[in-house]
Amino acid sequence: MTKAEIYAALADIFEDLFGRSDLVLKPSTSAKDIAGWDSIRQIDIIMAVEQRFQIKLTTRDLDRLTNLGDLVKVISRLA
Amino acid sequence: MRLHGAPSLYWLTEPPEWRDRLRALRAQIAGVHDPAIAWREAMALAKAPLDFQRTVALDQALQFGLGPDAVRAPSGDRHAVRLAILSTSTTGRLGAAIRVACLRRGLACTLYEPDYGQGLQELNDPQSGLYRFAPTAVLFATDARTAIGGLAPVAQADEAHSERQAFVARLTRAWRRARDAWSCQVIQQTCLPLFPSLLGENEHLLAASPAHFIAQLNADLRLAAGEAGVDILGVDAHAAQDGMAVWHDAALWFGAKQEISATAAPLYGDLVARVVAARRGLSAKGLVLDLDNTIWGGVVGDDGVAGLVLGPGSAAGEAYLSLQAYAKALAARGVVLAVCSKNDEAVARSAFAQHPEMLLRLDDIAWFAANWQDKATNLRAIAKGLNLGLDSLVFVDDNPAERDLVRRELPMVSTPELPEDPALVPQCLADAGYFEAVTVTEEDRARSGLYRSNAVRAELEAQATDLESYLADLQMRLSWAPFDPINLPRIVQLINKTNQFNLTARRMTQAQVADLIAAPDVLTLQFRLRDRFGDNGIIAVVIAHAVADAAPPASYRIDTWLMSCRVLGRGVESATLNVVAAQALVRGAGRLIGVYRPTERNGMVAEHYAKLGFKPCEAPDLTEEGGFVGALDLDDFTPRPTPIAIDQMASP
Repeated sequence: MTKAEIYAALADIFEDLFGRSDLVLKPSTSAKDIAGWDSIRQIDIIMAVEQRFQIKLTTRDLDRLTNLGDLVKVISRLA
Repeated sequence: MRLHGAPSLYWLTEPPEWRDRLRALRAQIAGVHDPAIAWREAMALAKAPLDFQRTVALDQALQFGLGPDAVRAPSGDRHAVRLAILSTSTTGRLGAAIRVACLRRGLACTLYEPDYGQGLQELNDPQSGLYRFAPTAVLFATDARTAIGGLAPVAQADEAHSERQAFVARLTRAWRRARDAWSCQVIQQTCLPLFPSLLGENEHLLAASPAHFIAQLNADLRLAAGEAGVDILGVDAHAAQDGMAVWHDAALWFGAKQEISATAAPLYGDLVARVVAARRGLSAKGLVLDLDNTIWGGVVGDDGVAGLVLGPGSAAGEAYLSLQAYAKALAARGVVLAVCSKNDEAVARSAFAQHPEMLLRLDDIAWFAANWQDKATNLRAIAKGLNLGLDSLVFVDDNPAERDLVRRELPMVSTPELPEDPALVPQCLADAGYFEAVTVTEEDRARSGLYRSNAVRAELEAQATDLESYLADLQMRLSWAPFDPINLPRIVQLINKTNQFNLTARRMTQAQVADLIAAPDVLTLQFRLRDRFGDNGIIAVVIAHAVADAAPPASYRIDTWLMSCRVLGRGVESATLNVVAAQALVRGAGRLIGVYRPTERNGMVAEHYAKLGFKPCEAPDLTEEGGFVGALDLDDFTPRPTPIAIDQMASP
């Protein structure tokens, strides 16, 4: 799966979870860039990513996430 | 690592363009719009087999950045649910899933979720937010680790036993407190059996092992809940069916202290909503079966009775038989069966009469519609003939085209997407939870027989030259009694299930009804009807309150008058009024006041009081738009003529 495909799927997920279609997703995007991205929303994102890509992140993966770039790296490793 | 499959709502159908419709709904809600139209569209979107992400998306569209009236159920309070979740672990988006699942059933759910672990404190504090919220239902969700507490795995059996007892006793007190405070529905979630075993196959030898302790505790909870009239939410059973890995995500537990996995959220929400709906009498009541390739293999018109695939001899034949057995068992516990098939009626009936392997018999079927009309027309006739709402029918048909037609014509009928293999159909019906029930009464057990004798009565009615002699021929006997604890479950069931012949459609909890038994200024009456075909059981309920401040003569106001539709058209109303009037007179009343409060479903009784001789009276505080308030003077009341004999029930 290419990075572009992963970002396209993430755009869908973010639109659903934040109810906005105008979000710009970049590798550096993190919780401070999007209003409402709190710890609950963080879990929503992980769960939706796991379902969409049919993968399971480990507790170690979860602890290491700092921005979207990290998440995309994990996805491309597992998916 | 690959993800374990999530339990899905596989019986629901995917509407086309779901995501575009959600975008449109979001835009619609943000602008000027009709809340009722938005509600209908949201309900249609909720009927898709939603996964976690789409559940959250739909819920977000309805919840965030909107006024409370942006989307509104047209029926108002009647379909409003106020649910408090008292959880010992994080609930995350489980609440969103509950709201969406309620929406799927036309229920508008508002949630109150205290921070995890705070629920029981709030229950003990009348100043708390929980008391301000005043729930209509309270869900106790206890996580398995909290249940274990400090119990050491090697503790002795008696210590484990007393820990369990103490735990259940604490919950029982909490249930009672919630009941006393709000007379609400109480739901207790079982604990997820998520602990790895310490011994293995013979885990039970270690009484305090977490795995064994939780299994025993769940059994105790079910017993205690059954005795207390508390409804169980059996997540342990679903985890056993689907696999613990899809119900509990250890990473989510360690990261966020959320016990029920988000992947299970859509199903979890649906389970909560069906128990809530069941308490309100909104579960389905009738199962309508297609015949060819649904309850037997082959087409009876082409293959002949002898050519049908049914029973031993083939795997498919056994599978069709298993669906028949399941339907028959559902009927035995109160679900009404009907047939809706494109067939020649005589040919279709001959399969029932002649095929030696048929488990379902003609007299299991309360309504037999085999003809060449379209199925939507037949379903309308079935609903009318059985006096059931279309929204309480489940239609099972192997043919996707027929299902599609019925869904388009009659979206209120539940038409599940069926697995292609008939072997999987019974489990599909169970998984969908259409017939969720929270009580079992004697009337449930006898119901299919009652509907059957109704068919015989209908025949007699057709033969009788006039209605009067028909009714006389029935040799009816109406027995009355005040409410009593023995019949309480049936009375509560009628109060909450009866939609059509129900003058005020006032719903009450078991606790509220129980309180009336000893209330001095309340006249409570239950009615049982027997006729020469058998006992119809308790079929009518009346509750009348003494009106405190009225000038003489003293009045009784009839706040509840309802009757089961299976005894419609038999003059029971007049006989019932004679009893109500006599009992009000005994209590010194000079007047009865009747109130009709219109709902979407009770149009058939709009003229009820006028027909019984009540004169319209001024009562602006009681009259609703389209409603009626009337008074009946008891001083010059003469009992209405009736072919029904009346007596008082023997006390239990």
